[in-house]
Amino acid sequence: MPDPILEARSLTKIYGQNVIFKDINIKVTEGETIVIIGPSGTGKSTLLRCMNLLTGVDGGQVFLDGKEITAKGYNEDEVRQHIGMVFQNFLLFNHLTALGNVMIGLTKVKKMPREQAKEKAMEELKRVGLADRADHYPGQLSGGQQQRVAIARALAMDPRVMLFDEPTSALDPELIGEVLGVMEKLARDHMTMLVVTHEMGFAREVADRIIFMEKGSIVEEGAPDDLFDHPQHNRTREFLWKITELYGKKEKEKAGKS
Amino acid sequence: MSGFIVFFARFLPELLRGAGLTILLTAEGLAAGFILGLLSALARVYGDKFWRGLAVGYIELFRGTPLLVQLFLIYYGLPGLGITLSRGLSAFLALGLNSGAYQAEYLRGSIIAIGDGQMMAGRSIGMSRWKTIWYVILPQALRLAIPAWSNEPVSLLKSTAVVFLIAVPELMAKAKSIAAETYDPIGTYLAVAIVYLAVVYLLDAFLRRVERLSRIPGFETEGKKA
Repeated sequence: MPDPILEARSLTKIYGQNVIFKDINIKVTEGETIVIIGPSGTGKSTLLRCMNLLTGVDGGQVFLDGKEITAKGYNEDEVRQHIGMVFQNFLLFNHLTALGNVMIGLTKVKKMPREQAKEKAMEELKRVGLADRADHYPGQLSGGQQQRVAIARALAMDPRVMLFDEPTSALDPELIGEVLGVMEKLARDHMTMLVVTHEMGFAREVADRIIFMEKGSIVEEGAPDDLFDHPQHNRTREFLWKITELYGKKEKEKAGKS
Repeated sequence: MSGFIVFFARFLPELLRGAGLTILLTAEGLAAGFILGLLSALARVYGDKFWRGLAVGYIELFRGTPLLVQLFLIYYGLPGLGITLSRGLSAFLALGLNSGAYQAEYLRGSIIAIGDGQMMAGRSIGMSRWKTIWYVILPQALRLAIPAWSNEPVSLLKSTAVVFLIAVPELMAKAKSIAAETYDPIGTYLAVAIVYLAVVYLLDAFLRRVERLSRIPGFETEGKKA
């Protein structure tokens, strides 16, 4: 087994009296796509935010390329350059064009010269199929386009790993496909990804490994087919049954088309 | 009526000289107040307990007391502590400190309105807190603040009238001496009102232009037309 790029070791997060999650262990190795599924409010989003230090942890450690980034005095700003993040509600910078959104990290964080940054940003926009929208402001883009720009913004930093926090949950159904399409392409290009999502079709098709989380702990993990077809735990089975009943029809239609 | 026009024409150059100083005092007070207000707003939103407390104390003190009292404390009060300031400097300090307290509140409101999400997004690509504030939060917050903040230059311009009480020769001071000279307070103060009105009108037109030029598509601060 190769060394993991990103690793959580018995990670714990507590808000006041509430244990958000406890003793979480996750290893993401190079080129791997891991999908975390589970009911809402089980700490999946908080877990992602702890992995790139946007939220402090209350126990355990996070390692990036073998170095403990949760260690005291570690430069968090430096760390986050290497861990891309895509948010549920896009969070584009509203005063900048699509190009400006992708460029700003390059010019202000990486101190890249403007021309070079522009070139690189255009490449990233091309990668998500939005080169023709470069001079549009977020307010002029659809939700799906905004999320693709957000992905390009994260990719521009050349991260070691990308975190996706329910990237399609805020989108109208007809816009979900374009974002999942970009993510599938990334997975095929062997980008290392950790994805929280309710899109079971995506999870099954694209993930190398699926983690089922409930009530702040990992219940079960495994290859998609094993987990979907032979879940070992009752809770996993119940969750999958519920969610496929909800989404199953849509997914079947999609599968039929492709 | 024609008598007033002759009167107005006769004293207009004198009044305009006063108006020049009024505008200068406004601009200086506004600039100093902007820097103070921005720092206080940032301290209140992002500062630790100490800076938050300091900012709240400053804002409450200067919003809670009359400008005239502040002016007199600086001009007549500070010499008692061994600090003697010129009239001009006292006027500048009082106006700047007073305006800063109000501007802090306008700016704080719009910084809060931008929300934590933008901060999180900035941090997620490796920007430091201050970089995110500078490159992400403020460009949006300042635009958002313009409509409400536009009240402040006009309000401050009119407030400068009180500094005639420490004999700074601005518009109101000119009026006082013209009224004393001509025994025509009605004509004088009417003329002064017209000059104030004209200056405010020009200022408003300028502010509306700034608002229009800084507008970003899809990031409108005006209410959406239903």
